[in-house]
Amino acid sequence: MPSAEPRPAAAAANRPAPVTRARGRAPRLRGDRYDRSEVLTAALFVLPAVTVLGIFVLYPILSAARTSLTSWNGYSPTKEFVGLANYTALLHDPALWNSLGVTVLYAAGVSVLGVVSGLAVALLLDSPIRARGLYRGVYFLPAVTSSVAAAIVWRYLFDPAGWVNTALGSVGVDGPDWLGNRWLALTLLTGLTVWKNLGFNVVLYLTGLQALPTSVFEAAQLDGANLWQRIRRITVPLLRPITFFVVIQALITTFQAFDLVYVLTGGGPRGGTEVLGMFMYREAFRLGNFGYGTAIAFATLYLVLAVSLVQWRVSGSGRSSLR
Amino acid sequence: MNRRAATFGRHAVLLVGAVAVVVPFLWMFTTSLQTRAETYTSTSVLPTSWHWENYAHAWAAAPFGRYYLNSLVMAVGIVAGHLVLDALAAYAFARLRFPLRDQLFVVLLAMLLVPTFVTVIPAYSLVAGFGWIDTYAGLIVPRLADVFGIILLRQYFAGIPQELDDAARIDGCSRAGTFFRIMVPLSMPAFATLAIFSFLFAWNDFLWPLLVTNSDEMRTVQIGMASFEGRYGTTWNYLMAGTVMATVPAIAVFMVFQRLLVRGIAMTGLKD
Repeated sequence: MPSAEPRPAAAAANRPAPVTRARGRAPRLRGDRYDRSEVLTAALFVLPAVTVLGIFVLYPILSAARTSLTSWNGYSPTKEFVGLANYTALLHDPALWNSLGVTVLYAAGVSVLGVVSGLAVALLLDSPIRARGLYRGVYFLPAVTSSVAAAIVWRYLFDPAGWVNTALGSVGVDGPDWLGNRWLALTLLTGLTVWKNLGFNVVLYLTGLQALPTSVFEAAQLDGANLWQRIRRITVPLLRPITFFVVIQALITTFQAFDLVYVLTGGGPRGGTEVLGMFMYREAFRLGNFGYGTAIAFATLYLVLAVSLVQWRVSGSGRSSLR
Repeated sequence: MNRRAATFGRHAVLLVGAVAVVVPFLWMFTTSLQTRAETYTSTSVLPTSWHWENYAHAWAAAPFGRYYLNSLVMAVGIVAGHLVLDALAAYAFARLRFPLRDQLFVVLLAMLLVPTFVTVIPAYSLVAGFGWIDTYAGLIVPRLADVFGIILLRQYFAGIPQELDDAARIDGCSRAGTFFRIMVPLSMPAFATLAIFSFLFAWNDFLWPLLVTNSDEMRTVQIGMASFEGRYGTTWNYLMAGTVMATVPAIAVFMVFQRLLVRGIAMTGLKD
C-alpha cells in the first residue's frame, strides 16, 4: 500500500474538486481497487450523518413516493393505489402551469438579485473600511429574523393604509394596492426573499473572498488591470463555487418557499403568487388531497433536479472554456 | 484624494443599503412602543412614544421564559450535531476514496432538493412511533445532521491544499489524525459559518416543532409567537413587542459568532 507516498494523481484530482466535477473523476490508481483502511475510515466518518439522514429524510421520501401513487386523504387507514393518475391529472391542471410560471419568475428574480446584491455588498465590505463589522451585522439582520416575523412586518408596511403608502402620500404620490396586484405582489415577494437572504449571501461571498490569494490580484495590478477588470476576470471566476452555491440555495428556497408566501400573500391575489409550495399546501392540507399534493411535491423535485443538472453542465463547460 | 473619494462612495452605497435593510426593523420596534391607537395613525419610523409596558404585557401573556429555554436547548443540540456529524461526513466526501462515494453524494444532493412537506408526515409518524412527541429527542435527533452543512464543509475542505494532507501523511499521521489536526483547525471560518446557519435554522424553525410538540411546556419561541399572534393579531403593538423579543436572542448569538468568524479567518493563515 503506497499510503506513505505522495499521490500526485490523487492530489491533482482532489484539489479544486467542486460539486460539478467530483463525478467520474475519482482517481483510479489500480482499476477499481480501494485502500481498505481508507474505506474503513470513510465508513466510520460517513455513518453517523448517513444514519440520521437515512432514517429521518430518505425513508420519509420513499414512503411519500408511494403515497403519490395513491388517492390518500391524509387520515384514512387505507391508501387506495391509483397508479400514475395523480401525475397525469397534474399535467392537465391549469393551476399547475400558473404555479410553475410564478415559481420560475420568482426563482429567476431571487437568483439574479441574490447573486448581484450579495457579491456587491461583499466586495464593498472586503477591505479595511470603517464600521465594517457594523455593516455586516446590519445586513445580516433580516436573515436572523424568522420568516413569520419578517413577512408580518412587510405585510403591514405595504398595507394599502400602511406605512409605505402613507409616506408616499405625504409626498403627493398615490400609492398602489401592493398586495392586490399580482405583479406587484410577486415583486414584493421577490424583494422580501432577497432582503431576507442578503446576509447569508454576503457572509458566503465574504468567506470566499477572504480565502482568495492576494498575490493573484497584485500580479494583475502590476500588469495594469483596473479594478473592474480585476473583479470581472479574477474575482468572479474564482468565486464560481460560491456563486454556484448561492444560486442552488436560491433555487431551493424558491421552489420550497412556503412560510414567507403563506404569511405575506397567502398565494394571492387570484393565484398571482401561488408558488409550487403554496399550491401543494392548498391541495394537501386545505383540500385533503394528500396523494395529489405529494405528486406535486415529486413533480417539483424532478424539475429542480433537471434545472440543477443543466446548471452544473453550464457552469462546468464555462469553467473548462476558461482554461 | 482619489482614495478618499472612493471610500466615501463605498460608505454612501453601503449606507443606502443599510437604511433599506433597517427600516422594517425600526418600524417594528417603533410600533412595539406605541399605544394601540397610534399604531394605526403614526407615520414615523423613529419612536414617538415609549410604552415599555407593552413588553411586560406581551411577556406576561404567554410563558415566554419556558419557550426561550426550549428553543435554546433545541438549537444547541442541533448546532452541535451539525458541527460533528456534518464535518465527519464532509471530510470523507472531500478527501477519502470509497465505493459509491459520488453516487451517495448525488443522493444527498437530491435529498436537499426535496420539499419539506414531502417528508414531514412520514417523519412525524416515525417520531410518534418512537414515543418522542413532546420531548427534546423529538425536536433534536431527527435534525442532528443536514445536507447543507455537509456540502458547505465539503466545498471548504476541497479548497484546502492537498499538499498539507500529503505532508501530514508522510509524517505518519493517520487519516483521522489528518482530519482532526489539519482540516479542523484550518476550517474554523467554515465551522463558524455553519454554526450561525444551523443556529438560525433551529431558532426560526416552525413546521417541525409545531408538529412534534403538543403541550405549552415544550413549545419553542416561534410556536409560542404564532399562538400569540392568533390571540393578539389586532393589537399590533403587543404583537410587535413579542416579535422583537423572539428576534433579539438570535441577533445576540449572531453578534457573538460573528466575532468568532472574524477571528477564525485571521487564524487560518489562508489569507496572506
